[in-house]
Amino acid sequence: MSIEVRNITKSFGDFKALDDVSLEVPTGELVALLGPSGSGKTTLLRVIAGLEFPERGEIFFQGENATDRSARERRVGFVFQHYALFRHMTVFENVAFGLRVRPRQHRPDERTIRNKVGDLLKLVQLDFLADHLPSQLSGGQRQRIALARALAVEPQILLLDEPFGALDARVRQELRRWLRRLHDEIHVTSVFVTHDQEEALEVADRVVVMNEGRIEQFGTPDQVYNHPATPFVYHFLGNVNLFHSRVHAGRVHIGEIEIEAPEHLGTHDAPALAYVRPHDIELDRVRDGAMIEAVVRDVRAVGSLVRLELDRVDGDEIIEAELTRERYIELDLRAGEHVFVKPRNLRVFLKEA
Amino acid sequence: MLTEAAIGPGRIITARATGEPALVRAVLIGAALVFLGLFLFVPLAVVFAQALDKGIAAYFNSFREPAALAAVRLTLLTAAVAVPFNLVFGIAAAWVIGKFDFIGKSFLMTLIDLPFSVSPVVSGLIYVLVFGMQGWLGPWLADHDIKIIFAVPGIILTTMFVTFPFVARELIPLMQAQGSEEEEAAVTLGAGGWQTFFRVTLPNVKWGLLYGVILCNARAMGEFGAVSVVSGHIRGLTNTLPLHVEILYNEYQYVAAFAAASLLALLALVTLAVKGVIEWKAARETPIRRTRSREGDA
Repeated sequence: MSIEVRNITKSFGDFKALDDVSLEVPTGELVALLGPSGSGKTTLLRVIAGLEFPERGEIFFQGENATDRSARERRVGFVFQHYALFRHMTVFENVAFGLRVRPRQHRPDERTIRNKVGDLLKLVQLDFLADHLPSQLSGGQRQRIALARALAVEPQILLLDEPFGALDARVRQELRRWLRRLHDEIHVTSVFVTHDQEEALEVADRVVVMNEGRIEQFGTPDQVYNHPATPFVYHFLGNVNLFHSRVHAGRVHIGEIEIEAPEHLGTHDAPALAYVRPHDIELDRVRDGAMIEAVVRDVRAVGSLVRLELDRVDGDEIIEAELTRERYIELDLRAGEHVFVKPRNLRVFLKEA
Repeated sequence: MLTEAAIGPGRIITARATGEPALVRAVLIGAALVFLGLFLFVPLAVVFAQALDKGIAAYFNSFREPAALAAVRLTLLTAAVAVPFNLVFGIAAAWVIGKFDFIGKSFLMTLIDLPFSVSPVVSGLIYVLVFGMQGWLGPWLADHDIKIIFAVPGIILTTMFVTFPFVARELIPLMQAQGSEEEEAAVTLGAGGWQTFFRVTLPNVKWGLLYGVILCNARAMGEFGAVSVVSGHIRGLTNTLPLHVEILYNEYQYVAAFAAASLLALLALVTLAVKGVIEWKAARETPIRRTRSREGDA
């Protein structure tokens, strides 16, 4: 079932949690809502679920207006950050809950419930815990039970609020992959909230980057990471170098060097910021054309990549660079030595006046 | 398993940084025991000793008297009305306060606490001032031949007022701590309002609720001051057990007075026992709280 969010605005007192947000999620996709805390991502998820009601805007499920439907009528599966398992019920009863509360004429008989819950517990690989209480489970197990419980009512839409937020790093990794596989199996339209960029990029088909109640960018992980639409997305996804510069007639001037910026052909002498990822910083010991001179300040050779911090000679900006280990050995750089820097793939945003 | 666990922390305690030397502990524990014995156990023993002073037969005979039976009946009736009322009100108030935010919430909480902060005699007086012959509604009630003050309705009303906070006070912190995520989960799973309430909200607070109810019941049966003001002390009609005890005592009928008092004391003991069982059960169902209270005990 597809989801369409149209011009949603939602405030809490003076705080505008969502500011005219529109979004379309096609059937069967796994979408991540990514953003810092307070960016409105959880509010958006709760609005879709019907747990919050917006001041303005509409929600459509499969083209049908669902704005006025209650959470109960929307029949979405919702997985809470802190699981929200019913603490006085066994794992089995938790999963069976959605079936047991159905109106009498739609309620399955005991045997059907038993089979269904059994199947779901097998799906989340926890059928041996059926008789346990939630308090006897680990965090990762609770989260999987919460997911099984949400799936029991066969929702057409699955919403997950920071599903792995409260888990430790290793369990997180594991559950993340598991969620991706599960989604590939059952193909229910899913939206999950996260503040962890790695999680969003690794799991989701597409990523919605949110900031201050607005959507900054909606695209595939490749698009948002490699072609960020706004400075915010650049900052939020991965490390980035920032060069204060001027743009004139399609060329960026950073210090003494000049680089082509064809998207700004019509711009006349305007202040701008150029963004470059650390791995797009090229280093050399000798000057080869237009390059920025810098001094190596610090080298961190941990893992497969070597990170260098460089001080620009012509200013007080710091440049962060990432080299492969081979390139680093080839250059044999040490702290205090001079290098020449050439930024590749830079993205230029004009400064707002 | 329970005894093992109980012995375990005891051994560790001497090694703890916060542990005290044996002598200090003995003195402190001894002082506490002497205090408890003098102020709690001895009076309780006296009640039963006095009641049985003239033998078992005299003890049971004192309950044969119509006035005594009437007092017991009225006490039971009062509790039977006041407790269910406060149960329903307490749940409703705690639910509203615990799960929702609204203007005037803290004012409502203060209002619920009011009966605790007002002297019971004043509480009784308030009802006399409202419903009494010289009160606001007195003449109107008299015209319609409705008797509240110096009658059973007045006793029940004041008892309700005095026991107002017990259930609500017990549930509010519990519901606040639990938040409303489980209810939201229930709703997204298709549960209706009542289903959510009876299947999720209520079971989550059942022990706190029971606890509040037995405290409320104990107070409803034992209340003296407020009831005394509105009762009028009409023997056989408007005397509850506590009032009955006072009258008998003032008439130097010690055996009968203490026999009646022993009923109230028994009620207190039963209340304590039930409270103990509830706390134990509740702790068993929430393992986190158990370990915490164990550490506290040690």
